[in-house]
Amino acid sequence: MRSLLKRHLVITALLLLYIVISLSYRFELLNTYVMQLIMFAGINVVMTVSLGMINGFTGQFSIGHAGFMAAGAYSSIFLTTVIFQLTGTALPGKTLWGYLLFFLALGIGGLVAAVTGFLIGLPTLRLKGDYLAIVTMAFGEVIRTIIRVSEPLGGPRGVGGIPEYTNFTIVFLFALASIWLMRNFLLSTYGRASRAVRDNEIAAEMMGVDTTRQKVLVFTISAFFAGCAGAIYAHLLQYIHPDNFTFMKSLEYLIYLYIGGASTISGAITGAVIFTFIPELFRRFQAWRMVIYSLTLVLVMLLRPDGILGNREFRFLQRSQK
Amino acid sequence: MDYFLQQLINGIQLGTIYALIALGYTMVYGIIKLINFAHADVFMIGVYTAFFTATWYQVPFPIVIVVAMVVCAIIGVTMEKIAYKPLRYKPRLSALITALGVSLFLENFCALPFVFGPEYRSFPELIPLKRYVIWKTYDVSVTNIFLLNLGVVSVLLCGLFYLVNYTMIGKKMRAVSYDKATASLMGINVDRTISFTFAIGAALAGASGVLYGLTYRSIQSPYLGIWPGWKAFIAAVIGGIGSIPGAVVGSYLMGISEVYANSINSNIGFGMAFVILILVLIVKPTGLLGSKEQEKI
Repeated sequence: MRSLLKRHLVITALLLLYIVISLSYRFELLNTYVMQLIMFAGINVVMTVSLGMINGFTGQFSIGHAGFMAAGAYSSIFLTTVIFQLTGTALPGKTLWGYLLFFLALGIGGLVAAVTGFLIGLPTLRLKGDYLAIVTMAFGEVIRTIIRVSEPLGGPRGVGGIPEYTNFTIVFLFALASIWLMRNFLLSTYGRASRAVRDNEIAAEMMGVDTTRQKVLVFTISAFFAGCAGAIYAHLLQYIHPDNFTFMKSLEYLIYLYIGGASTISGAITGAVIFTFIPELFRRFQAWRMVIYSLTLVLVMLLRPDGILGNREFRFLQRSQK
Repeated sequence: MDYFLQQLINGIQLGTIYALIALGYTMVYGIIKLINFAHADVFMIGVYTAFFTATWYQVPFPIVIVVAMVVCAIIGVTMEKIAYKPLRYKPRLSALITALGVSLFLENFCALPFVFGPEYRSFPELIPLKRYVIWKTYDVSVTNIFLLNLGVVSVLLCGLFYLVNYTMIGKKMRAVSYDKATASLMGINVDRTISFTFAIGAALAGASGVLYGLTYRSIQSPYLGIWPGWKAFIAAVIGGIGSIPGAVVGSYLMGISEVYANSINSNIGFGMAFVILILVLIVKPTGLLGSKEQEKI
C-alpha cells in the first residue's frame, strides 16, 4: 500500500486536492467567491502554461495571448448562446444536450483559436524578438476590434445570458488534461526541437530543425489551449465583453509566467496560482490594492529575476527515469 | 474638402503630442533594448505637474513646461536607478515585466486620493485661445495653441538633434547604444549615459504632457497616459524603433491616420493603429526608417 501510494503520489495528491476542494465547497467552507477564484486560477494556469510554450520553451515572444482567448470564447458562445438568441429559440440550459453542445463548443473554440494562431503565426513568426512581440500584441487588439465591430457578436456591448456550464470538475479536469498534454508535447522530440530553437536558432537549423515550422506549430498548439481556456472562461463569467480581452489581460498572463519562472511548466503553474490570489488578498486595502500588487511584482522581479521557481521543474513534470 | 483639411490639421496636432512621447520610447529602446512601459505614465505625470504648477502658482507657459520637464526627468532617472539598473545583465524579459510593474505602480499610486486622486480635472487656460483662418475658400483655421505646439516641438527636436549628433554626451549615447561593452572600454561611463538617456526621454514626455493639457484641456484620470503611450509606442515601432527621425515620421503618420479613421467609426479608429503596425512590420520588419541588424554567428 505504502509503495503504491509513493509511486502514485502525484495522482493521490491531485485526487485529494480535488476531493478537499469540492467537499469544502459542498459543506460551505468555501463560499462561491473563493470557488470562482479557484476556477479562475485553473483557467489562468492553462493560459499561462500555453503562453509558456511559446515564450519560455520556444523563445519566441508573444504578448497577445488574450486575443486567442477571445477567439475561443466568442466562437464557443456563438454555438451555445448567440445562435439561439439570433434564431429566437430557447437555450438548452443545463441538460445533457446542453452539455454536449458545450463540449462541442469547447473543441470548436480551441480549433478556431488554433486556426487564428496559425494564420497569424505564418506571416509574423519571421519577425524576431521584440518586433514579433509587438505584432502579436497588435493582432490581439485587431481580434478585439473585429469583435467590437461585428454586430451579431454583440459588438462593443458584449454578450450576456451565457449558460453557466463551467464548474469546478470541468475546470479541474481541463487544467489537468491540458497540462498533461502540453508536458508530453514539450518532452517529445518536438519539445526538444523547440528548446533548440530557443537556445540557438541558427544551430537548430543546422541540425535539421525546420525552425519556422516548429514556431508555427508551437504557436498553433498554444493558441488551441488558449482558445479552450477562453471557452471555459466565457461559460464561467456568463457575460463577456470585448474589453475582457484587452492587452492588459495578455499582460496579466505574461506577469504570471515570468513571476513563476518562464522556462518551466512548474513555474507557469506557480506564478498563475499565486498571482491569481494575491490581488484578492489585498482587496480590503481598496485603493492601495493595485499599488501593493505592482510593488510585489517589481520586488519579486528584482529579487528573483528568473522567477519564483527559477528554472526548477517539479519532479512529476520531468521525464520519468526508467 | 474643408473637413478633410481641418482633420489633417487635427491629425498633425495629435501627431505632435505622440512624437514627443515616441522619442522617449525610441531612445530608451535604442540604448538598452527595453520597452519602457512606464514611459506613458511619465507623460501622465507631466500632465499633472503642468496642471498643478499652472493652477497653484499661475506661472506663464515657459516656466510650466520647464518645471514639467525637470520633474519628469527626475522621475525617469529615479525609475531607471531603482527598477531597471539592477536587472541590466539579467534576462531581458525580467526587465520588461519590471517595467510593467513600475507602470502599474505609477498609475495606481497617482490615483490614490492624497496623490493626484482619481477624479476628472480640467486644465486651466494658460494661453487664451485664438483662431486664425488660413484658407478662406475652404474655411480652414489653425489655433494659436497649434502653432505653439509646432514651435515647441521644432525647438525640442532641433535641440535633440544637436545633442545627439554634435555634443560629447550625444556621442557617448550613440556609442553605448552601438556596443555597451566596447563603449565602457573606451572610458565611457555606461551607467551615467543610460541615466542621461532616460532623463532626456522623460523630459520630452513631460513637455508632451504640457502640450496635451494645453490642447485638450481635460485630465481624465491618472490612467490617461495609457492610450497616448501605446499609440506613441506603435508610432516609434512603425518609424523603426531606435531611430529618432523614424519616431517623428511614425508619430505624424499615426496621428493623422487615427484622426481620419476615428471620423469614420471610433471602433475602426481604435484598431487602425494596429492594422498599420502589422502591415508595416510585415512588409518592412524593422520599421520605415529602421536599420537592419546584422546577425552574428
